[in-house]
Amino acid sequence: MNATGSKGGMFDAATGRPALFLDRLGAVIALLIGVALFAAPFVTYRANRIVSGEGRMMWDSVPIAMAFGLMALSVAVALVGTLVRHRFLRLAAAVVGLVAIFPAVGYAALFVTPPDNTFARVSPGTGFWLLVFAFALLCGDSLSRMRLGPWMRLAALGLAVAAVTLLLTSGAWNGLSLLKEYANRADSFWVEARQHVLLAVGSLAAAVVVGLPIGMLCHRVPSVRGAILQVLNIIQTVPSIALFGILMVPLGLLAANVPLAAALGIRGIGAAPAFIALFLYALLPVVANTVVGLDQVPATVVDAARGMGMSKRQRLFGVELPLAFPIILTGIRIVLVQNLGLATIAALIGGGGFGTFIFQGVGQTAMDLVLLGAIPTVALSFAAAVILDAVIDMTKGARA
Amino acid sequence: MRALAILLRLAALVLLVTFIAAPNLFAPVFQPLTTYDAPAIYNQGSLFSLTLSHLATVFSAALASTVVAVLLGIFVTRPSGLEFLPLSRSLVNIGQTFPPVAVLAVAVPLVGFGEAPTLIALFLYGLLPIFENTLSGLTNVSPLTLEAAKGMGMSARQRLLGVELPLALPIILAGIRLSVVINLGTATIGSTVAAKGLGEVIIAGLQSNNTAFILQGGLIVALLAILIHDALMSVERIVARRLGQQPAGAAA
Repeated sequence: MNATGSKGGMFDAATGRPALFLDRLGAVIALLIGVALFAAPFVTYRANRIVSGEGRMMWDSVPIAMAFGLMALSVAVALVGTLVRHRFLRLAAAVVGLVAIFPAVGYAALFVTPPDNTFARVSPGTGFWLLVFAFALLCGDSLSRMRLGPWMRLAALGLAVAAVTLLLTSGAWNGLSLLKEYANRADSFWVEARQHVLLAVGSLAAAVVVGLPIGMLCHRVPSVRGAILQVLNIIQTVPSIALFGILMVPLGLLAANVPLAAALGIRGIGAAPAFIALFLYALLPVVANTVVGLDQVPATVVDAARGMGMSKRQRLFGVELPLAFPIILTGIRIVLVQNLGLATIAALIGGGGFGTFIFQGVGQTAMDLVLLGAIPTVALSFAAAVILDAVIDMTKGARA
Repeated sequence: MRALAILLRLAALVLLVTFIAAPNLFAPVFQPLTTYDAPAIYNQGSLFSLTLSHLATVFSAALASTVVAVLLGIFVTRPSGLEFLPLSRSLVNIGQTFPPVAVLAVAVPLVGFGEAPTLIALFLYGLLPIFENTLSGLTNVSPLTLEAAKGMGMSARQRLLGVELPLALPIILAGIRLSVVINLGTATIGSTVAAKGLGEVIIAGLQSNNTAFILQGGLIVALLAILIHDALMSVERIVARRLGQQPAGAAA
């Protein structure tokens, strides 16, 4: 996604330009920060976990001195975003902002909750999320302008993961409603997390094992290509919840009639239909990208390999597949991000995963429970996208 | 071969229209899928009106994402908007990593149950394909063509409306097709937050353990998606032919 970046170059710090300038993205960020500070509640306070809450502005959420400090800091970040051109300074300002407000909202939860009240819930409010969005925007913008190499992007991701782990394990957020929901469900959280990853990654692995040979077949035998891709395309049009539901029937029958299948844990409801549905959705991107990848290997290269006396098999594994690999990986990236999101639907048919919390939360109108399922899902998809993008860049670099 | 394809599509269309207009004709087909004398055909609302509201939701969301994505694509490829290009790309990409269920669930407390959260989720989901395709369409216009247009004395506005957009149109249309087809399926999830649509039929089936319902809902959505996909493909072909180009999605 950073491939066509050459146009951004003209905005890099150029010597001889005036030191003061107005960055238009910075102006947008400053506006967001202004709204977040003065027009939106920093935290939401509720008497218990289901009632609707009342917003508290920043100066009502933390001690007044701390509120002034946070506001001054946010305004400073806004100024850096608007007026400073230096990329590292912009990044540093954004990171400082993020590092300040995350613990602050945790502290606000403790400050707002009356002592000895175990029913009251405090969640981050619109203002907090807007601030996070504004700082993250500045952070993302300076990172994308720096055009980091794949290793640096992985390192940045690693740092972010370490910071979040530190935040969560240090107890700074324990006062927040989100972590109270977690504390009530700590065991099932990790069970569902494992289930979610197993569903998404396992079905991807199965799709790669099955899809690669099908893709090679389509490449070799053009007459079957149209039919196979058409069938896979049609599978994609079946809505996910319907596919999950439809698969329950044959699997239920299988379990009822074949004792071995039942012994293996295959049942009409649960993880088996979810796994198969995700597998079916994953096939199209894998097969289609394998075909495209193999198609774009130049015929002259294959000819040269043949001239060197390589057998058909050697050509396939030594030349064609390695050259097609970056495109196949792009297909795998699409599937992984899509699977991590779709796996949330598995909860509807008893398949587990983070969707369990989301649907429970919707049912109880308990927002924090929804977030307990949604935030890890988004974080997983985001991390998967960053990691696979970096790997794709590396394979492209290795080839060049 | 071509006649057969058209015949198949016509048959699918007739099947779909008959089914949503008079579903009870098909009751014997679905009867074996039910147990304990459960109804074979969805009976908690008219399939016809559910299909209409499903389509209305998908198309209004698609219209909104098309307008926003194309305008954004134009903006970030103009000289004044270039500095927003890398960021808008990553933003739209990140938007795609949010699972639709999560978007729905987070939107509910903000806008309430019903159509609104579904519209928001579909709108966000529809943005990426259209935005990506607008970008690649606009950036792939050959610099020679643009130079020629400039040499003819066309203003920046004339170049955009008279040269760049028409040349990019087939690729933009392909993006719209992709986003509509994806959203037809995604819209079914909206029924978990009480949006009117075909998801209702599927969810009712899941809740009452009635496979006939699940299959009906799923089949209608799949048929709709296939027919709409084909219809939009033909529009793309016509547009491309008028521009004297190869259609963008010819290979698929």
